[in-house]
Amino acid sequence: MSAPARPESIALLEKFVAALAARGLVTEQEIAERQASTDRASPEIGARMVARAWRDDEYRRLLLSNGAAAAEQMGVSMTGAPPLGVLEDRPGLHHLVVCTLCSCYPRAVLGYPPHWYKSFEYRARAVREPRAVLAEWGTVLPPATQIRVVDSTADYRWMVLPMRPAGTEGWSEDQLAAIVTRDVLVGVALPRLPVTAAAE
Amino acid sequence: MSDAPAPAIHDLGGASRYRCSPVERDEAPPDDFGKRVDAIRQILAQKGFMTVDELRRGIESIPEAEYFALSYYERWLTSISKLMVEKGVIPPEELR
Repeated sequence: MSAPARPESIALLEKFVAALAARGLVTEQEIAERQASTDRASPEIGARMVARAWRDDEYRRLLLSNGAAAAEQMGVSMTGAPPLGVLEDRPGLHHLVVCTLCSCYPRAVLGYPPHWYKSFEYRARAVREPRAVLAEWGTVLPPATQIRVVDSTADYRWMVLPMRPAGTEGWSEDQLAAIVTRDVLVGVALPRLPVTAAAE
Repeated sequence: MSDAPAPAIHDLGGASRYRCSPVERDEAPPDDFGKRVDAIRQILAQKGFMTVDELRRGIESIPEAEYFALSYYERWLTSISKLMVEKGVIPPEELR
């Protein structure tokens, strides 16, 4: 679990906010607004980008050449955000994203990074034993599939464009977006068809 | 092995000490403390008081024992509060 903040840290935060507020540098309203806008970003945005790319070759080309522009097309403001790179999975090639140094993550299109993405274990192991890490998510790739692990940095953020699963021909963008989870966009999981659809 | 210096504390890529330690799948969103620190960090960046590289430098210079003892957003708060003092934005005594 991510440990709760210690009392001394909570006290430090209160003093810090008071010192900034006393100088007119932040207000409670600004904090609340910023928090609300950060809360609005979620993996559903990245999922819609993938779903659209699966159906629209022109958008796919834009997504792969300029992820930030592709995000802007979905109504996301990328002002001040670092460039967004998109890694295209292919038969025999799977991508996995990590930030070994800290927690860099394409927050504009995926929201807050989950705790595990920031954990020491994930940061250390994703580049050393990626298959073992993927297996913890139930993701087992054929031995012949190459895994390319990509390190997100302060200056460049990455997300994965997975392969569109067989059996999704004719699906709408909404249907496709629903199988693209945050874990899929980071590369620890693959899109999975709902049981009912797979059985049809 | 080479004569390369030991990696800095934050440089965890491939670190042997975590080999085979399962990744704890905590799905809880950041708590109020974390979200508040995160929001303040964004506001200070937007207003030009700090950059993401300064945030990193502040986190990466936390002494090793403290680095591993603090939670994620406690490390951020440590960094940004020290930065604002270093830059003379706020006086250190107001944080004591």
